[in-house]
Amino acid sequence: MSYFVELVINGALTGLMYSLVAIGFVLIYKSAGVPNLAQGAVVMTAAYVVWLLASLGLPIIVAIVLGTVLMFGFGLLTERLLLRRMVGQPVIMIVMLTLGLEILLRGIGPGLLGAAPKSLDLGIGLGPVIIGDVFINRAYLVGGVVALALIGAALMFFQTRLGIKLRAVSDDHVSSWAVGISVERAVGISWGIAGISSVAAGVLWGSVQGVDWTLSTLLFPAVAVAILGGIDSIWGVLIGGLLVGILGSVIPGYLDAVVGGGTRDVVTSLIILLTIMIRPYGIFGREDIERI
Amino acid sequence: MFYRMAGVYHTRYDRARALWPVPADRWQIIVVFALALAAPFYLSDLYLGSYALPWLIWSAATLSLTLLMGLAGQLHFGFAAVMAIGAYTSIHLARLGIPFELALLGAGIAAALIGALFGAAALRVKGLYLVMATLAMQYLVDWVINNVPAISGGAQATLRTPPASFLLVSLESLEVRYYLALVWAVLLAVFFMNIKRTSFGRALVAIRDKDFAAAVIGIDPFRYKLLAFFTSSFVGGVSGALLAFCYYRAVTPEQFGFNVSIQLVAMVLVGGLGSVIGGFLGAGFVLLVPIILTNLVSGLAASGFLTVSSNLLAHLPLMIYGALIIGFLIFEPLGLAKIYDNIRKYFLVWPFRHSRS
Repeated sequence: MSYFVELVINGALTGLMYSLVAIGFVLIYKSAGVPNLAQGAVVMTAAYVVWLLASLGLPIIVAIVLGTVLMFGFGLLTERLLLRRMVGQPVIMIVMLTLGLEILLRGIGPGLLGAAPKSLDLGIGLGPVIIGDVFINRAYLVGGVVALALIGAALMFFQTRLGIKLRAVSDDHVSSWAVGISVERAVGISWGIAGISSVAAGVLWGSVQGVDWTLSTLLFPAVAVAILGGIDSIWGVLIGGLLVGILGSVIPGYLDAVVGGGTRDVVTSLIILLTIMIRPYGIFGREDIERI
Repeated sequence: MFYRMAGVYHTRYDRARALWPVPADRWQIIVVFALALAAPFYLSDLYLGSYALPWLIWSAATLSLTLLMGLAGQLHFGFAAVMAIGAYTSIHLARLGIPFELALLGAGIAAALIGALFGAAALRVKGLYLVMATLAMQYLVDWVINNVPAISGGAQATLRTPPASFLLVSLESLEVRYYLALVWAVLLAVFFMNIKRTSFGRALVAIRDKDFAAAVIGIDPFRYKLLAFFTSSFVGGVSGALLAFCYYRAVTPEQFGFNVSIQLVAMVLVGGLGSVIGGFLGAGFVLLVPIILTNLVSGLAASGFLTVSSNLLAHLPLMIYGALIIGFLIFEPLGLAKIYDNIRKYFLVWPFRHSRS
């Protein structure tokens, strides 16, 4: 039983950390309608940036703050230079552009800074937290708490003046223009915020598994989180993250020994597939109604 | 002599509907085809085996995918999995002693049947969701191949292709394998050019443009979407089998991973959606340009013009490839086929300025 509880708790915490990656994806999709498949690579880039700043001798806190500023700028620039030119193109072009960016970043980061995994020490410590007879990964615990805090912050942000503007933009671009909201700026800002969230995700995941190109593979569980929760819903990110994390921890926990490993990707694929077949708009997403 | 539209007057409909109504284009095709036929005589084994041969097979795969993405408008991000099914089926059939010709057919049928399952997702969703669904299926197929020892031959195993012969000619020599690939690529190109002129092809185009509207004029979207996935997976499976037998000569699951799916989509888009010449150009461009540019840079580095670390050099193809995709999508979304078309139209009426077709 305690094995099961351990799997559930650690899975839920991992899931929250997936949500950290997914929240950037959802923010961009919500405001711009762009499925940003480069989000995993952006998280990787953020981790590289923070590692680079820290290795220059800056204290880790300063490195993270500076990295946040840089990644905000990176998000803004990506939108301005690449995605703005693609407005009105079919979705396949936009998806492929983000994939091209993903590949480019995956080349640039390890290419310039070295492919070997780099350690990013946050001073969290490695020993597990033991409650009763349940072992909890300390890094995941911190990650889960930060993820919860950031999702809470995102929910509150959407109540502010700027947040309401972003919501209006996500509703309808033309009517937002009509009431005087600058859609371009709102979309740019949401890319910037996605950049900020990628710093949190990159630092936490980087401290857990080291900074190298494998961070970009976080895209896959993050996409599962976004699709399961509803691709344009912040609450969906939270619930979807918990579900993907728990399922992706409990099922492999029992099945891996039987079938020889790698079930986590299968669970993630099945979550994506079943969600799309049964309820494409996810748990909290808005159902699209298509006109002829 | 220069004005290549000179003397081209179509007086009959079937002349105007010919595949190449302009004689200049016909001559061009004949020259290119003759060059391709003679390639083993003027290319060294290195160039033939590691550039021309994979180019042809990847072009065939790109044409298979562009049938689905360009003609029927169904996005597919798991095409490498379809090719993997073809490759593994053909190898297992050939190992059981079934003749290679039948093994190729079996590979096509197996890939088509499982590929049509991918299409089941297309019946329900489209656009982004279809991308995600096919992507998830790619992971599932990869996992099944990896984790079922009967298919992959055990974890991290490499299956060597058994010696095979096509129509009594042994596939051991490089020239034979090159010609087999050439025949398949040409066959697919002709098939693709003609399918646009059949009712099947027109139905697919109708579905691509708007599936509800197609249903209104009596095209069953259910049937034609499945048929599109079936056809494209069939030819994709055969291409996968040829890739295994003619080029790799051994298969591992990594040869058909998620990155390969992305590469195929990149080939289709860089070439130009739904164009035959684009299939060939796109496959060649995506396959060869990163290699050529990397060789160039490493050559410069070796001769001392540049200092490049070996680590950077290892990641250079990835950067070039990513930059290529981004560059094409931003500057020429219609791909190499459009660039070719612009050049062709310019020279068709040169020295005059405006073209008629």
